Amino acid sequence: MKYELVAGFETHIELATKTKIFCSCTTEFGGDPNTHCCPVCIGLPGTLPKLNRKVVDYAIMAGLATNCEIARVSKMDRKNYCYPDLPKAYQISQFDKPLCEHGYVELSTGKKIRLARIHIEEDAGKLIHKKGDTYVDYNRGGVPLIEIVSEPDIRSIDEAKEYVEKLQQVMRYIGISDCKMQEGSMRCDVNISVRPVGSDTFGTRTEIKNMNSITNIAKAMEYEFERQCDLLESGGKVIQETLRYDDATGETSSMRGKEDAHDYRYFRDPDLVTILLTDEEIEAVKNSLPELPTEKAKRYVEEFAITDKDAQNLTKYRRISEYFDKASEGLKNPKTVANFMIGQIFSRLATEADKEIFDIKTTPEQLRELVKLIEDGKIKNNLAKTTLDKMLESGKGAMDFISEDDMGGVDEGALTEFCKAAIEANPNAVADYKGGKEKALMALLGNVMKQSRGKADAAQVTAKLKELIG
Amino acid sequence: MAKISQLHKLLTEKEISSRELTEKYIEAIERDNKELGAYVHLSFDEALSAADAVDAKIASGEEIHPLAGIPMTLKDNMSTKGIETTCCSKILSGYKPIYDATVWTSLKEKGAVLLGKTNMDEFAMGSSCETSCYGAAKNPRNTKFVAGGSSGGGASAVGGNLAVYALGSDTGGSIRQPASFCGIVGLKPTYGAVSRFGLVAYASSLDQIGPMTTSVEDAALVFDNIAGFDKMDSTSNPDFKADTFKNLNNDISGKTIGVAKEYLEGLRPEVLKATEEALRTFESLGAKIVYFDMPALKFALPVYYILACAEASSNLGRYDGIRYGYKAEVYESVHDMVCKTRSEGFGDEVKRRILLGTYVLSAGYYDAYYKKAQNLRGAIVAAFNKAFECCDVMLAPVAPHTAFELGKAISDPIETYQSDICTVPVNIAGLPAISLPCGVAEDGMPIGMQLIGNKFTESTILNFAYKFEQATNLMKSADWGVKL
Repeated sequence: MKYELVAGFETHIELATKTKIFCSCTTEFGGDPNTHCCPVCIGLPGTLPKLNRKVVDYAIMAGLATNCEIARVSKMDRKNYCYPDLPKAYQISQFDKPLCEHGYVELSTGKKIRLARIHIEEDAGKLIHKKGDTYVDYNRGGVPLIEIVSEPDIRSIDEAKEYVEKLQQVMRYIGISDCKMQEGSMRCDVNISVRPVGSDTFGTRTEIKNMNSITNIAKAMEYEFERQCDLLESGGKVIQETLRYDDATGETSSMRGKEDAHDYRYFRDPDLVTILLTDEEIEAVKNSLPELPTEKAKRYVEEFAITDKDAQNLTKYRRISEYFDKASEGLKNPKTVANFMIGQIFSRLATEADKEIFDIKTTPEQLRELVKLIEDGKIKNNLAKTTLDKMLESGKGAMDFISEDDMGGVDEGALTEFCKAAIEANPNAVADYKGGKEKALMALLGNVMKQSRGKADAAQVTAKLKELIG
Repeated sequence: MAKISQLHKLLTEKEISSRELTEKYIEAIERDNKELGAYVHLSFDEALSAADAVDAKIASGEEIHPLAGIPMTLKDNMSTKGIETTCCSKILSGYKPIYDATVWTSLKEKGAVLLGKTNMDEFAMGSSCETSCYGAAKNPRNTKFVAGGSSGGGASAVGGNLAVYALGSDTGGSIRQPASFCGIVGLKPTYGAVSRFGLVAYASSLDQIGPMTTSVEDAALVFDNIAGFDKMDSTSNPDFKADTFKNLNNDISGKTIGVAKEYLEGLRPEVLKATEEALRTFESLGAKIVYFDMPALKFALPVYYILACAEASSNLGRYDGIRYGYKAEVYESVHDMVCKTRSEGFGDEVKRRILLGTYVLSAGYYDAYYKKAQNLRGAIVAAFNKAFECCDVMLAPVAPHTAFELGKAISDPIETYQSDICTVPVNIAGLPAISLPCGVAEDGMPIGMQLIGNKFTESTILNFAYKFEQATNLMKSADWGVKL
């Protein structure tokens, strides 16, 4: 039988607020154990939480950026469970009145992965096992999180990957999290089940906890999909359980079964007041949002006739798109800027991380100045290209490399002279061209360009060469 | 007799120094506390240096705050930096906080002299102070009797003249009932009037700190100085400004006192008699009395025990032996350590309430207990709202009976729970109420009554209480402690 994968995600994202969710301790990553702590975040008897308003704003941003409805009335609840990394023995979270509900993330295929909810909560501390002893570090305790819960709408590993990437992209865009999976500022739990293709009921699901890279998510899902399929094929049954994924073996193994599931005894946290939001407050957050990548990409395609692929590349990271927007300001043809960026600038950025940081010497204003020279007919593309390389190396402006003479262009007479000289100097190429090798013309073109010091227009030259050779 | 203003006068007129005054209390505590069991932790060194600081101010001619240099005490569930705070539980033995409760910060700034921490039922769970891991505080009127609870130590200390005033906390009557048992004044403020930051939580939606004093005037003075918004407590009211002191002597003639008949059911005859006499006294002061039914009050006791235990089961989860307080000595794993620490560290009453609370919040029982109790809480709030449409304050007894003999509560927990019937409705509705003496029973034990107000009308109930106190003069000093 052929099986279909069904998956849904629970994604925890650490918010990049300066201070923790219920006290004024720093949220900075790392630090000596228990140095980013105070009586409130280590839950000393008698302390009370105080909600950091910035956390609410960031969560609203996340909700708006994923097409959620924002609740005008919401509240904080206690999720009770006992573990040494949780100093109050309850996590302050949101149970039945989350801040955001009913959103979606749109994949490149146009498919919408629905989001059930986004709620805010506090992170727990961390256990450190050392030489047979266990220590607790509460630095991370009380760092604000949002949990984004999707509906089980994902049907393939590619969709899963894209979903996580999209979330990561959007959250970084709106600046509420760095979403570093390795550092744990983005963590995914995957609920996964299989069912015969064509079936409309769900199979029994398992939950793989705490995955820390997209590669691992894909590998774990692949393994778990196969495992569940094999189980069903051999007449077995999937047991509802919580699994961990072992990076080293590439296998999942059971953490706890359904019968060990916690009863969290949720109830409203009496220490915190109702979160009330007005339309004006939500509108204000909405206005503070940058243009989101999906809309941006659509606009680039529609307004600038940029290809879909290029638009995706330009909008992948916020800094790139901001650079592009700035460099294209006031230009007739932003597509030229796009071509320079994707061709010449991207090739200097080896890794995705480099692209994301987008730290280059040339300012958007300098690139704009260069493209403006082309648009005004003062220089040709080829000269612009070599100039841009020099600009990127030095951080200097275009005019540091281009002389008045360069901008003069090449008149008809000179162009004809250059072409004649090129034909004369390259009899073999001429013969090849005549024999049907279109490409042979490139050698002649190169020669003319050299003679004109890059000022000649390639299309013009090609036409002239063809005319002269006959 | 308003002690604080008298002592303030003596201090500023240099009749006595704060050090001399403090030493008198220290001496009395050293002599009488063995018998009364009011204090569980002493902070005499801190007290004397605070007193010296006030004396230095007086000597330099500086004006001092009315509460400066006055020896007082805090219930053992309020966080005091460097001074043991145990909630009278073995599980917090040895715990010295690293921060001060907001109430203590504000009193300390005003020059208050903290003599020590007073006894209480373990984690404020009890009505007789007998669940304290240090043993019960005793009633200064007769030490065979309980001081009441849970703030029994504060009532015993103030009633026994071992402190000028005390701060207690009231979750279901824990200030008012011991105050009435010991014949003193106790104010349970409106929920949100006084910061809870630093008050070790029993039931967060019900807990409130308030003063225990020997006069209404002192209660007003202390309340005005601890009330107000605290940014560390989101549930404190940002708009409330306490000004009870200057309104104490307002005329109450023409005002209305409401009496819910349910409050008068099941009372000891002498308690009923004293309550009725109090109503006659108010009539003689020109107040009108109206009677009405409040059937919702019948649900108050179960609602209280469900909600309080539910919140407690969550609040007390943090005591696991990992970070502070008691830790089991022998264990095999983390899980085992937490289990043993709790088994050994918590007393029976606390365990009973944690179990109850865990049960009512459990999947499958939540709707039948916790949710239903929440709904009924709404009904009780509504009933009080309606009642205050036809009266300015309500009058009720504090307990169906007076202080009982030691050992009686322990033997029958259900009967003990029932004795909270008169006090818990106020906590459920978040209202202010003051308890003050209104008579004496045949066995010589004091009878108390409470005046209940609408939210944030402390001024009104203290005004009524003051008028009553002036008219009756029922406050009697016990034969213990400092004689001034």
